[in-house]
Amino acid sequence: MLNLTDLYQEIILDHGKAPRNKRTMETATHWAEGYNPLCGDQIKVYLQVEGETVKDVSFSGNGCAISQASASMMTEALVGKTIDEANSTFQSFHAMLVPSDKPDQAKLQGYDELQALEGVKNYPNRIKCATLAWHAFKSALEGK
Amino acid sequence: MVATILSNPIKDQFPALDQMVSGHPLAYLDSAATTQRPVAVLEAMEAFYRHDNSNVHRGIHSLSVRATDHYDDARRQIARFVNASVPEEIVFTKGCTEAVNLVAQAWGRQNLTQGDVIAVSEMDHHSNIVPWQVIAEATGASIEPISVTQKGELDISSLRAVLATGKVKLVAFKHVCNAIGTVNPVSEVAELVSTHGATTLVDGAQALAHIDVDVQALGVDFYAMAGHKVYGPMGIGALFARKELLEAMAPYQVGGGMIQKVTLTSTTYAPVPEKFEPGTPNVPGAIGFAAALDWLSDSGKQRLWNLESELAHQARERLQSINGLRVIGSARETAPIVSFVMEDAHPHDIGTVMDSEGVAIRAGHHCCQPLMDRMGVGSTARASFAAYSTQEDVDALIRGAERVVEIFGGKC
Repeated sequence: MLNLTDLYQEIILDHGKAPRNKRTMETATHWAEGYNPLCGDQIKVYLQVEGETVKDVSFSGNGCAISQASASMMTEALVGKTIDEANSTFQSFHAMLVPSDKPDQAKLQGYDELQALEGVKNYPNRIKCATLAWHAFKSALEGK
Repeated sequence: MVATILSNPIKDQFPALDQMVSGHPLAYLDSAATTQRPVAVLEAMEAFYRHDNSNVHRGIHSLSVRATDHYDDARRQIARFVNASVPEEIVFTKGCTEAVNLVAQAWGRQNLTQGDVIAVSEMDHHSNIVPWQVIAEATGASIEPISVTQKGELDISSLRAVLATGKVKLVAFKHVCNAIGTVNPVSEVAELVSTHGATTLVDGAQALAHIDVDVQALGVDFYAMAGHKVYGPMGIGALFARKELLEAMAPYQVGGGMIQKVTLTSTTYAPVPEKFEPGTPNVPGAIGFAAALDWLSDSGKQRLWNLESELAHQARERLQSINGLRVIGSARETAPIVSFVMEDAHPHDIGTVMDSEGVAIRAGHHCCQPLMDRMGVGSTARASFAAYSTQEDVDALIRGAERVVEIFGGKC
């Protein structure tokens, strides 16, 4: 049976209640919106990219505990990364949650916090909540 | 103190309700999304496939005659249930959405033109908004909103103001609000609309299961219904349309089964309602839909309606006493639907926690984004009751809400 505490781990509740880097960014070089048609939640992700480096990441918008926590943890995981590193973190995170992808846990090592979101994969109708900000990040980076 | 309600007399007729979810007995409180079906409906549909399965119309053989009889009977039963004056005023569709699209396309194309106004309520379901946007764009008509009050009721003065422009050709609104439960004063609105020479379309998806629907007494021109919201199968619905309107309308979809005579260059259409039912119809669906309405009548609908509204009322009261929880909408008359938000938990999280307690509720915007905007929320958690709801369901809902508070905290 599914255990709710695997989904709502303390660290997720903490990020959900007090999201980090939740602010608009006037100096953003890239930004994009993510929209979840299931609940109508909308998240905007802002990036400041200098050369090959993601200097700053932030987000705005409201949503459920999972989407807020995931967005918050994402900003912390991606800041200071090169674009290649950020892309590869996106792929690893996505692979952790979406069963059709091959999980590549090795790449997520060093991101203990992000691994807390792994429990979401047992709740198929919540996976979109966890990936919402990440897809917005990807769109922002690709200028879509 | 809320009185405890004794056991439900008909719950054991619903096989799907007898199961465990997440280690708890299922408390199904998502009937506004779709009801469960009683054995009587399942058996009627199975009997068709087992004994009478054949295509309807034009068949000479016995099975086809029986299938046609059952299909025609189903139409008569539905017409009787909503008091249509003749069965020909009932067109089978795949649901409410198709019924609204049928009117938008068939009636709208013929009757709307540049400068005309379609008035649509802010409370409406996307399925009674989007078809009008599409036909407005195609015909040059425009859409004007009918406002909703903070209580979640239609603002009749806003309707009067829109009608006073003299440009309104059609007013579309719902009988019962799927998102917050409001029961709208259909006859009052329909009368007002007709004195301005406009046509009324009512989305009746949520009404049939919970209140009396008499299309003649309501005075509506079009009334859309869905089988699966009233204990019938999915994929079947019906449009009631006044016969003279239906006869004047050109077909919406064309093909076999709706023609009288075809040459390669021209076609004479069949009379109504066949004119609007091309292709092989959903015969078992129609049979199941009619069986569901019969089941509801035979089970003593008024007694069941009293029970479900009592439970919903109790749920509303008990939910409201939970710290940080707010019920959305406070209309004078409501169907057994309770929509709420909690200060520290998003509706999606509420839904997940409830599911872990075996409680099935819906979380989201309920296909009513304009209404959510109006009520100042992004989405809500919604518990919706039906004839088979029990005291245990309400208790489980409250336990679920308390568990949400445990996990996410009460009021900040």
